[in-house]
Amino acid sequence: MSELFLRSVFQENLALSFFLGICTFLAVSKRVDTALGLGLAMIVVQGVTVPVNHLIFRGLLIEGAWAWAGLPEVDLSYLKLICFISVIAAIVQILEMTLDRFAPGLHRSLGIFLLLITVNCAILGGSLFMVDRRYDLPQSVIYGLGSGIGWALAIIAFAAIRERLRYADIPEGLRGLGIAFIVTGLMSMGFSAFAGLGQP
Amino acid sequence: MSKRALHHLTAPLIDGNPITLQILGICSALAVTTSMATALTMSLALTVVLTTASALISLVRHHLPNAIRLVVQITIIASLVIVADQILRAYAFEMSQRLSVFVGLIVTNCIVLGRAETFAMRNPVWPSVLDGLGNGLGYSLVLMLVAAIREGLGAGALFGVQLLPLASSGGWFQPLGFMLLAPSAFFIIGLLIWAIRTRRPEQVEPDEFPLRERSGGDRP
Repeated sequence: MSELFLRSVFQENLALSFFLGICTFLAVSKRVDTALGLGLAMIVVQGVTVPVNHLIFRGLLIEGAWAWAGLPEVDLSYLKLICFISVIAAIVQILEMTLDRFAPGLHRSLGIFLLLITVNCAILGGSLFMVDRRYDLPQSVIYGLGSGIGWALAIIAFAAIRERLRYADIPEGLRGLGIAFIVTGLMSMGFSAFAGLGQP
Repeated sequence: MSKRALHHLTAPLIDGNPITLQILGICSALAVTTSMATALTMSLALTVVLTTASALISLVRHHLPNAIRLVVQITIIASLVIVADQILRAYAFEMSQRLSVFVGLIVTNCIVLGRAETFAMRNPVWPSVLDGLGNGLGYSLVLMLVAAIREGLGAGALFGVQLLPLASSGGWFQPLGFMLLAPSAFFIIGLLIWAIRTRRPEQVEPDEFPLRERSGGDRP
């Protein structure tokens, strides 16, 4: 369990080793505090959607899920993409309304990021990996939390580097996007050095 | 084809390339570029989905209430991606295993939704198809280029055909294993952006904090 957690945070970091959610990663990392907000929203949404999608996939979509209704050969797993996207959109919407009702302060600071997250490939990717690797329920809870924390960690560190980078004298053509890619590459190398973590 | 229509097709190739200029769709672009074959399959899948999605969304654009347009767009895109995924599974199972989740992730690829929202919602069908095709080709171009560098230097092969004789089998080429790891893709795209912006200086981003020219004399 702890091995799975460490692996999903460091070695198999969604942003830096699977390139998921890189669009948002590059676009919303100009300042540390916005990156922090997005990272928190990501942890919450990822931690909720992966287990929920796991339950829905096991309970409704997988081959044989409808055996109790006398339809043992029905296999709806090709519907998983549409299902997962709708579940993610619905959960984000519910989360937003709940936050608005009970924690308006947090809602104000997270609001826009929650909506952005609906179309973040890291969220959908997390759910698809969960299906692909056949995690069971406890594992998918751990995996959801771990991959969310890993992504948040990466974007916060990246935003901190970018804040310092503003004062650097960068060659013209490399300014902005170009140097952002190079820095991400260096960070990705750094994270791959965690590969030995958790091994005896 | 008129010149204006042709412009929709050629503009996204280099000048307005979705990956290097608009930062769209990088998510899936980097992960599948370890070999030419996977990159080509991914490019084909994305181009087909993008072109069809643009056409369909442009067809129904007058009947979409503004409040639910995103939901409808995503549903259309997701259905097309499911079709593409099922076709790959049926006719190229091994390839679909190698691409694992990345075909499914075309749903959240920002190029598709971005083009639907900014272009197909406001333009007739034919220009939308050309725009979708052009953006798909621009994406494919970058993908194939990155994949050629990564597979060429990382394994000494292109499309699985050995071009450089490997040192392990008696040749002279020592493969650069680094090229097959994740970080190399970031470096290659970064350098590619540098190259394009050196050729086209109008794409260079303004400096937020320019260094001041030191004027002699007024320093304390």
